[in-house]
Amino acid sequence: MLPAPDRPAAAPRHPTPLLAVEDLRVQFRTAAGEITPVDGLSFEVAPGETLAVLGESGSGKSVTAQAVMGLLPRPAGRVTGGRILFDGVDLLTRPAAEVRALRGPDMAMVFQDPLSSLNPVFRVGTQIGEVFRRHRGASRRQARAAAIDLMKRVGIPDAAKRVDDYPHQFSGGMRQRVMIAMAIALHPRLLIADEPTTALDVTVQAQVMALLTSLQQEYGMALVLITHDLGVVADVADRMLLVYAGRAAETGPIREVYERPAHPYTAGLMASLPGEQERLTPIPGSPPNLAALPPGCPFHPRCRYAVDRCRAERPPLRAVAGPGRAAACHRAEEVLDGA
Amino acid sequence: MSVIAPPAPAEAAPAAGPARRPGTARIRFALTVIAVYVAAAVVGPVLLAYDPVATRTADRLLPPGSRTSDGGLAVFGTDQVGQDLLAQMLQGARVSIAVGVATLLLAGLIGVVVGVVAGYFGGFLDGLLMRLADVQLAFPSILLAIFIAALLGPSVVNVVIVLAVSNWVTFARVVRSQVLTVRGREFVDATRTLGAGTWHVVRRCVLPACVAPVLVVATVELGHVILAEASLSFLGLGTPASTPSWGVTIANGRNYLAEAWWIATIPGLALALLVVAFGVLGDALRDRFDPRLKSL
Amino acid sequence: MAAYLARRLAFSVFVLWGAVTIIFLVLRLVPGDPALLILGSDATPDEVAALRAQLGLDRPLLVQYGAYLADVARLDFGPSYRLSGDALGLVLERVPATAELAVVALSLSLLVGIPLGILAALRVDTLTDRVVSVFSLIGQSTPSFWLGIVGILVLSRTFGLLPSAGTGSPAHMVLPAVTLALPFLAILVRLTRSGLLEVIHEGYVQTARAKGLPERVVLFPHAIRNALIPIVTVVGLQFGTLLGGTVIVETVFSWPGIGRLLVDSISHRDYGVVQAAVLVIATSFVLINLVVDVLYGYLDPRVRLAGRA
Repeated sequence: MLPAPDRPAAAPRHPTPLLAVEDLRVQFRTAAGEITPVDGLSFEVAPGETLAVLGESGSGKSVTAQAVMGLLPRPAGRVTGGRILFDGVDLLTRPAAEVRALRGPDMAMVFQDPLSSLNPVFRVGTQIGEVFRRHRGASRRQARAAAIDLMKRVGIPDAAKRVDDYPHQFSGGMRQRVMIAMAIALHPRLLIADEPTTALDVTVQAQVMALLTSLQQEYGMALVLITHDLGVVADVADRMLLVYAGRAAETGPIREVYERPAHPYTAGLMASLPGEQERLTPIPGSPPNLAALPPGCPFHPRCRYAVDRCRAERPPLRAVAGPGRAAACHRAEEVLDGA
Repeated sequence: MSVIAPPAPAEAAPAAGPARRPGTARIRFALTVIAVYVAAAVVGPVLLAYDPVATRTADRLLPPGSRTSDGGLAVFGTDQVGQDLLAQMLQGARVSIAVGVATLLLAGLIGVVVGVVAGYFGGFLDGLLMRLADVQLAFPSILLAIFIAALLGPSVVNVVIVLAVSNWVTFARVVRSQVLTVRGREFVDATRTLGAGTWHVVRRCVLPACVAPVLVVATVELGHVILAEASLSFLGLGTPASTPSWGVTIANGRNYLAEAWWIATIPGLALALLVVAFGVLGDALRDRFDPRLKSL
Repeated sequence: MAAYLARRLAFSVFVLWGAVTIIFLVLRLVPGDPALLILGSDATPDEVAALRAQLGLDRPLLVQYGAYLADVARLDFGPSYRLSGDALGLVLERVPATAELAVVALSLSLLVGIPLGILAALRVDTLTDRVVSVFSLIGQSTPSFWLGIVGILVLSRTFGLLPSAGTGSPAHMVLPAVTLALPFLAILVRLTRSGLLEVIHEGYVQTARAKGLPERVVLFPHAIRNALIPIVTVVGLQFGTLLGGTVIVETVFSWPGIGRLLVDSISHRDYGVVQAAVLVIATSFVLINLVVDVLYGYLDPRVRLAGRA
C-alpha cells in the first residue's frame, strides 16, 4: 500500500478556515454577450466540516466549484473579482501549474453524471490508479493494488476482478463510487461533490450519501455538498450556504437556518416543503434571468417583504441572529421573527 | 423532498438572451460569388457567343489579354482551335451548373422519397432500403460513376443520371432521420387522431421539417457534384466535346501545357472557386440550422 | 466482438455480391448490343454474332447470371480484347503500382492531416485555426486533376524540379502522391478538428483535469483516444475517395496502375478488363473497410465488450 501523507485523521476545529471564498465574481463570454453567473459570493469552509451549497439550477453553484478548483472553461469563463483562499493562499494569484498540483492531493471533485465523467475507453482501475502514478510516482502494479483497495473501500464488490472493467460495464451507483474512489485516492483535505446523487436512483442515493459521510469522517476531509435537495443534506451537513442569482442569500448552521430562516428566499423554501403545515406554499414568480437582473436585491420581484430600499439597494451579506450566521437581506430581522 | 428545480447536467454557463445569427457574413459572401457565376452562366454565352465547331486557326493559342484577328480582346486567351477561352468558360459554366442542379434535383427527389418511405413506414421496407443505401455507400461512388458512364458513353443526360445514382444516399439518410424524429412528435399523433390520412400527414407535418436539413445537404453536395462532373468530363466520360464543360476544356488544355498553360489552368481556378463558395455556404447554413449535421 | 465481426464480415460479402451483380446488370441493361459496344461499330455482323454467342448473350438472363457468377468465382474474366493476356491477370499486375501510390498518399495524409486537425482544435477560433480551416476547404474543393496539371506545369515544366510522368525514382512519386493525398488530407483535418472539439467538452475531460493531470495528458491519451474512434470509421469510408482519386491521378501522371488501365480500357472498350479492374478496386475497398471495422471494435471497448453488466 502506498505511504499516506502524514496528516491527522480527524482535524480539530481551527480558527482559520480551510477554504475562504471572498466576494467571488465570475464572468462568461457567450454568443449573447457577457453574463455574470457568480457576482460577489462569499463563504468559508472549516477543516473537516460539511457545507451544503444549495440553490436553483443556474444559481451559480457549479460555476463556483469550478472556479475554486481552477476548472473554469477557458477562454470563455474567467474570474473577474474576489479571492479564493485555500489554506490562506489566494489561488487566483498563483500560477496555473501550482493550482494544478493541488488538484488530487489537496482538493478533489466528484461530478454529477458518472457515465459521462468517466473515460469510456480506459479501464476503471487505470483511471483510479492514474492519480497515484501521476502524483506519487507509483508503478503500474502499485497503482493497480491501490486502486483495488480503494474500490473495496467504496463498497464495490469483487473489486479484484472489476478493476479491469470499463465504465459502461458498471451500474450508475457503482460508477459514482468509482468517481468517489478516484477523488479521495490521495486523501484530499477538501472534497467538492457537485450533485453527486442527482443522476442516481432514489435507493442508490442514500447509499452514496452514506458512503460520502463515512469517508469524510474517516479521512477528516472538508466536504462541500452542492445540491438542490434540501432534505438530503439536513442530516448530513453542518452548515449551509444558500445561493440565489450568483450571490449568497443566507448562510449558517443548517439546523438553525432551517428552523429560523433570516432570508425571505430561505423562508419561502421552508414553507414549500411538505411537513407540518396543511398546505404547500410555493414561491411566487420565476427563477431570475441572469442576463437581465433587476437592480437592488435580485429576489425582490418574488419577495413579500420587499420595500423600496430592496428595489434600489443591493443588500450586503451581514451577520444576523446567532454566531456563524449571515443573510443578505435588508429586512432580515423581520424575517427571523416570522413577520 | 426537493423543492428547487433540479439543475441541467453540469452546465458551465446558463443561456442568456437570443443568440446572434451565426455565419451571416459567410452566407452573403458565398451567395454573392455563386450569383456571379450563375449570372455569368445565364447571360455570358448570350453576350459572348461560343460555337463549338468553328475554328480560327489565325487565333490559335493566344495568351490572355491578346487581341484576336477580328479585333476582339481575348481576356483569358484562346484555345487550340482559336476560340476565346472566356467564351468557352462561360458556356462551360452553363453546362456545369445545369448538370449540377439537375443532378441534385434528381438525387434529392430519389433521396427524399426513399427517406420518407423508409422513415415513415419503417419495418421491412426501411430495412431493405437502408441496406441498399449501405451497399451503395460501401462502393466508391466515383467508381460506380466511371463504370456506368463508360458503358453509357459521354452525354449530358447520362452524366446527370450517373451522378444522381451516386449521390441520393446522403439525402435519403438525412431525410430518414428527420422523419423518424418528427414521427415521434406528438403533433403527428394528434393530426392522425383527427383523421388525417397518411399523405396529409406527410405533406403537412413531415416534409416541412425536412426542408432545412435537405437544404444544407444540397448545398454541400452541389459542390461535390460539380467537381465529380468535371472529373468525369476530364476522363472523357462526362459531357461530350461539343458541350464543353470545364473538365473537357482542361483535358484539351492538357496537351498544350508547354505552349498555352492558360487553357488548362484558368478554368480549373474558376471551378475551384465555385466549389469553395458552395463549401462555405454549406458550412454556414449548417452552423445556422443544425450543427448535428457536422458529420457529413 | 465476435458477433460484431461476424456481422461486418457478412455485410462485406453482401456488398461484394452486390458489386458483382451491379456490374452484371449494368452491362446487360445498357441500351444497345453489348457485343457491338465491345467490338465497335465497324465490326461485321458475323463478328458481332460470334461474340454474342461467346458471351452467352442469347440465353435467358438468369442463366447468364448463373454463368457469370460461376466465372467470377473462378476468377475468370475472360481475355483482354486489346492487350494480350487474361483480364484479371493484367489487372493484378498493376496492383503494386497503385498500392504503392495509395499507401504513400495515405501515410502523408495521416501524418500531416491529423496533427493539423489537432492544432486547429487546440487553437480554435484563432488565426491558426482559421488558416487551417481555409486550407482544408480549398483542399477539398480543388479538382485533383487540375491540381496535378498545375503541379506539372509549375514544378516540372517551369522549374524542372520533378518529373512529370512515369515511375522509376522516389522523385517520380512526389507529385502524384501529393495530388492524390490532398483531398483526403483536407477531410482528415476537418474530421480531426471537429472530433476533438466535441470530445473536449465531454465530462471525462473535466474529470481528468480535476485529477490534477497536466494538460498534455488530458489531451493524450484521454481526449484523443476518444476522438479517434469516429475518425477511424469515416476514414474507412473516405478511403473510397482516395481509391477513386487514383483513377484520375494515374491518368494525369501516366502512372502505370489499375486506375490508368481502367481508363485506357474504357476508351478502348475492353470490357473484360474494365469489369476485372472495377471488381478488384471494389474488393480492396471492402477489405479495407473490414480492417477499419476491426480496428474500430478494438478501439472502442463499448463495442468490444457489449452486453456485460
